[in-house]
Amino acid sequence: MAGLSKRRLVQGAAALAGLLLGGTVAATVWAQQLVADLSSHLIAITTGFTGTEVVLFGTTDGAGDVAIVVTGPRAPATVRRKERVAGMWMNTDSLRFDQVPSFYTVAVSRPLDQLVGRPVLERHQLGLPQLQLPADATLPPEQLAAYRSALIRNKQRQGLYAISMGQVAFLGERLFRTNIYFPANVPTGLYNVEALLIRDGDVVSAQTTPLVVSKIGFSAEVSDFARNRPVTYGVAAVIGAIAAGWAAGAAFRRV
Amino acid sequence: MVFRHRAGSGKLPVPPLPTDRPSMQVYLPIAEMSVNALLVLGMGWLVGFLSGMFGVGGGFLMTPLLIFIGVPPAIAVGTQANQLVAASVSGVLAHWRRGNVDVKLGVVMLGGGVVGTAVGVWIFGILQRLGQIDIAITLSYVFFLGTIGGMMLVESSRAILRRRAPTAKRGKLHRHIWLHGLPFKMRFQRSKLYISALLPAGIGAVGGMLVAIMGIGGGFLLVPAMIYLLNMPAGLVAGTSLFQIIFTTAAATLLQAATNQTVDAMLALLLLIGGVVGAQFGTKAGSRLRGETARLALATIVVAVALKLAFDLFSRPDDLFTLTMGVR
Repeated sequence: MAGLSKRRLVQGAAALAGLLLGGTVAATVWAQQLVADLSSHLIAITTGFTGTEVVLFGTTDGAGDVAIVVTGPRAPATVRRKERVAGMWMNTDSLRFDQVPSFYTVAVSRPLDQLVGRPVLERHQLGLPQLQLPADATLPPEQLAAYRSALIRNKQRQGLYAISMGQVAFLGERLFRTNIYFPANVPTGLYNVEALLIRDGDVVSAQTTPLVVSKIGFSAEVSDFARNRPVTYGVAAVIGAIAAGWAAGAAFRRV
Repeated sequence: MVFRHRAGSGKLPVPPLPTDRPSMQVYLPIAEMSVNALLVLGMGWLVGFLSGMFGVGGGFLMTPLLIFIGVPPAIAVGTQANQLVAASVSGVLAHWRRGNVDVKLGVVMLGGGVVGTAVGVWIFGILQRLGQIDIAITLSYVFFLGTIGGMMLVESSRAILRRRAPTAKRGKLHRHIWLHGLPFKMRFQRSKLYISALLPAGIGAVGGMLVAIMGIGGGFLLVPAMIYLLNMPAGLVAGTSLFQIIFTTAAATLLQAATNQTVDAMLALLLLIGGVVGAQFGTKAGSRLRGETARLALATIVVAVALKLAFDLFSRPDDLFTLTMGVR
């Protein structure tokens, strides 16, 4: 039982190490103008998980602004549009997007439009309007925009895309921190936390820190069991239900 | 200082803030969401109560309830099949002790149920390929719940009115319709019936189809069919239909877990704890109810659910667009 969660931790650690290596190379190139880290690199989803907050903190080598981009694992997503057919609302059209981040939030120390121009925003996918969401089919621009904004709207309703940008707070000139909130329905997987140092209208330094969101303990065992041995899981579920029903029936015999 | 995205449309809800106070929240590993344990226990109790009282599985209530609290529809269907196994076992035990189960009739129904489930899975596959499974499920809910509930509502109100006016002419004890002329006649001593085996098997087959397509036990259809088509003694109907439902829901649980991995053990556990307790109280309450009163109460609930679903189907949704993550 403990072996399962341990294996998950090892997998997470391996992925972490790989990304940390990448981060180190980038940091060397940028000559350590920006150093940032998270209060935790693992969000453990246990049975009592109701969402959590991770603190990102760091330091710069001088005056400048900081933007943080948190991106969840990317997966395909389908947006369906309802239309009235014979008085009923039913799905008529759909559009598939590839590589949709399951989670996306941005925190900045100052409003972005005061800091950088549009090309920089687009290059770093800073802010929801700049988030790249490649669609599977070619549609007229206004239709594509409707599907795109519907995707973002649905994600925001689920609390997985931030509605407003978070605040990066500076303590003095160099030390900064921000709180990143992850709701109870946060998707599992490998997250990227990107810290960008902005000076004179451009990004001068960047650092990527990995963050693993993983089910741990009982909830991890249940979902591993269901995924790896689905038939056995089904049999166990039926037997458990029969036993529970029988036990309750016996317990209430005298009532 | 907080400021908006350019794309921010202004009216969206703010995500909930983390709280430090201890809560009854429980994380569901397959549904990948967190729910209030007390709420789910209460829902299980309520549906279990109805299950014990009327002999229906209560699945037709549980699916909309689970979807309403945010559980993905596929997981709602798969998980409640699992919890219905427990509720049915505990309900059958109570009926068994009172001698209210006709095993022979139940087994014949089950034979038809197996065939019906297979046909239902096949139809489900076709609808899924056509991309209209959601609306097909809702429409069949509205159709079956609406017609069965409506018929029961009329019949039970009439029965109650007749009881209040004892001078009214009493109906014939047994009406002979074409259904009773079918071949393969079989004697069911427990129910004091001598009818064609095709009749209970056919009812079971329709029930099995509903399990596969709508993800419910099908009790709301089986119970009136057994009362009105088989003319079975009312006291045996609940126990016998529950007996049959144990097997169809067990098969549905296995299929759902093996093919779609949509059975959430944690959610099922919460639902069945509430459900088995509720079923015991329901069975006790049901034995004190007069047959027509119980049918009227059940019919009212069934019609209300059908109306609600129909209303949702015809009213404009808040957002015309929906989002599904994953490949499908």
